[in-house]
Amino acid sequence: MDRRESLKTLMVGTLAGASLGTVVSCKTEGEGQEVDQSQVAVDEEKLYGRLPEELERDEKIMNSIYLNEHELATIAILCDIILPATDNAGSAGDAKVPEFVEFIVKDIPSHQLPMRGGLMWLDSESNRRFNTVFKDCSNEQQIAVVEDIAYPDPENKKPEMGPGIKFFNLMRNLTLTGYYTTEMGFKDLGYVGNAPNFWDGVPPEVLAEHEVAYEEEWLAKCVDQSKREVTAEWDDEGNLLT
Amino acid sequence: MQIIESPKMYDAIIVGSGAGGGMATKVLADAGLKVALVEAGSFFDPKDEHTRTQLKFPWQSPRRGASSTRAFGDYDMSWGDWKVDGEPYTNKGDTDFWWWRARMLGGRTNHWGRISLRFGPDDFKHKDIDGLGENWPIGYDDIKPYYDRLDKMVGVFGSKEGLPNDPDGFFLPPPKPRLHELYYIKGARKAGVRVIPSRLSILTKRINKERGVCFYCSQCNRSCSMYADFSAGSVLVFPAMKGGQVDLYTDSMVRSVTTNKEGKATGVSYINKKDRKEYQLRGKVVVLGASACSTARILLNSKSTQHPNGLGNSSDVVGRYLHDSTGASRSAFVPAMMNRKTYNEDGVGGMHVYSPWWLDNKKLDFPRGYHLEIWGGLGMPSYGFGFNVTEMNKYIGGDIGGYGTKLRDDVKRFYGAVMGISGRGEAIARYDNRCEIDPNVVDQYGIPVLRFDYKWSDYERNQAKHMHQTFEEIFAGMGAEVMGETPGADRDYGLAAPGQIIHEVGTTRMGDNPKTSVTNSWSQLHDADNVFIVDAGPFVSQADKNCTWTIMALSMRTSEHIVEELKKMNL
Repeated sequence: MDRRESLKTLMVGTLAGASLGTVVSCKTEGEGQEVDQSQVAVDEEKLYGRLPEELERDEKIMNSIYLNEHELATIAILCDIILPATDNAGSAGDAKVPEFVEFIVKDIPSHQLPMRGGLMWLDSESNRRFNTVFKDCSNEQQIAVVEDIAYPDPENKKPEMGPGIKFFNLMRNLTLTGYYTTEMGFKDLGYVGNAPNFWDGVPPEVLAEHEVAYEEEWLAKCVDQSKREVTAEWDDEGNLLT
Repeated sequence: MQIIESPKMYDAIIVGSGAGGGMATKVLADAGLKVALVEAGSFFDPKDEHTRTQLKFPWQSPRRGASSTRAFGDYDMSWGDWKVDGEPYTNKGDTDFWWWRARMLGGRTNHWGRISLRFGPDDFKHKDIDGLGENWPIGYDDIKPYYDRLDKMVGVFGSKEGLPNDPDGFFLPPPKPRLHELYYIKGARKAGVRVIPSRLSILTKRINKERGVCFYCSQCNRSCSMYADFSAGSVLVFPAMKGGQVDLYTDSMVRSVTTNKEGKATGVSYINKKDRKEYQLRGKVVVLGASACSTARILLNSKSTQHPNGLGNSSDVVGRYLHDSTGASRSAFVPAMMNRKTYNEDGVGGMHVYSPWWLDNKKLDFPRGYHLEIWGGLGMPSYGFGFNVTEMNKYIGGDIGGYGTKLRDDVKRFYGAVMGISGRGEAIARYDNRCEIDPNVVDQYGIPVLRFDYKWSDYERNQAKHMHQTFEEIFAGMGAEVMGETPGADRDYGLAAPGQIIHEVGTTRMGDNPKTSVTNSWSQLHDADNVFIVDAGPFVSQADKNCTWTIMALSMRTSEHIVEELKKMNL
């Protein structure tokens, strides 16, 4: 399906909702009507509720280039230093974090200068110390530079590291966000929500661990999940009867 | 360009399909009236797979839900926010007013917080208590029957507490508190702050066959595809349309209300956004529910020989007394909540507990109250997750910064250990705080836009200061570390800019005196008796409550009045 076609399809989807037995009076004439419904094959995974103008913006960003290959290669190394694989979880690279970083600096342009400038600073620093750019340093050499910029320097003991510290913080932030917003990250974190369920309170063992409890009086007001499907009825004083 | 007139004569033309317009549509259509519903935004149904964001995962968005195109992030269900392309507004002098508009069927009700609080008896007569502002021409007893029916019709969970100024209703049962909310209860009680179950229009229990029951994804701001939360489209407009009485006009931006020689309304003039042509609809009654500021804009842009200062504006009060809720927020780190065992803690969309106003202003240096909203928990990561997480180590003597295993450990250690409190309070409505037509600027449809002129006073600033004192006291009682500095006078004590809380009300206030108010107590224009307003424009004061439940109760009352008056041939 080409670009224009997919946009039209989306429009049809939006208007289709109006088939509730009414007119949508001011629809532009003929709009979308000629679209062949057999083409309405939507890639579920790619569908994230965008409006046509948002899809257009996405596409424009996807088709544009900001970071060059050298910069992206450097980012990939940094991502894996920030979050290497463990026994239980993949690395930032495994979670495609570099690809996320590539996209997000185009999506949020305020990241561009700090990212590009920071990468250049990193290469300059590596050149100064080891006579080669960061990407081509040995792992030990890379770690040596990272050790100097991975922690804040509140007492200003190494003022020349300031830009590097700032850059590494950006890199760490984007790597964490990029990683923990993936399936792999969810698993590592233990996030198990975003799924239909019936919330029935904090698990008892967690309550015990935190030395908090549900008070009888409070619980008496709360929902009885076994009656959730029973239609609500009240007496005249507002007391729930069902 | 010729204006295209429709030959059809409607009983009522309703402008705007949000809380107020949606309710009017339901009441008028159910009464058998022929209704035109005119909405400036596009058609939206939360069930539509193409626009649905509910239950999407962050990785389905290439920006992981960041706010690049929507102010509250990719998955927030508001088409339009404080900025709408091609539809600017301006600020006068150093005013910094933020105006949120949702251009879609159902308007802002698709993403709102569902906090559904009745105004109490004092809220309608607050001038009697502190001498400030103005009393409403109606009281709690006038609106109570409508609140009661609204509760049953739309559904709201809560608990009977017997608090005099936070009236109980016909509640569905509330959900049990989350872990951070249990901590909050402890801390708040130590600080002498009452905590009760929250009151949100989310169905924790079935109320009818048409709507589903909450399945606890916490994503009401994405608009529920099960129709288990209140959104005006799914709960009011769609059912109203089933009877065939409603013609829905979407992407139709109303420019003005048209009037005749007698000064009565004859219909509306609107721009079809798709073909950019101007159309006219004719109706016996015009019901404006475009939102407080949009309705003021339409009235001010409806000038005629009979209404030279804009329709309904012989008093020069249209646009005045604009006020938003006050707001301030603070977050804290709860050491006892580190290293949490994880489980699905999504719950409903929003807080499970809250604190209604609990103090007496006589002992305070500001008038009017505020309520407290609570947030936190084991939420779903999205863009911004993990930012500066290692800084939390400063509270426990750990190392800030780092990478590798140490960093992974930090993320998990601090996950779910941060929570926050927001205060939402009542500002005093002031004559000088207003929106008016900017004489020099039009939007892309050629319609003159609004210009805002708004200043907070020390009443609101002192209230925000008190909010932060409260936050700090409660956090201390929880054994939590307050994050960030206490905002000082240089930052208005943390008071949010007007419009940021998105509760703007008061622009067409009701009253018995046509010289000092725009509508009468039926929300009917003093100057044109077949024009009614069903958004938050007629609010005389905002109360320390959210405005939606009162918008809907008043809209129901006004709409039923319209039906009666049409029957009596009075309009």
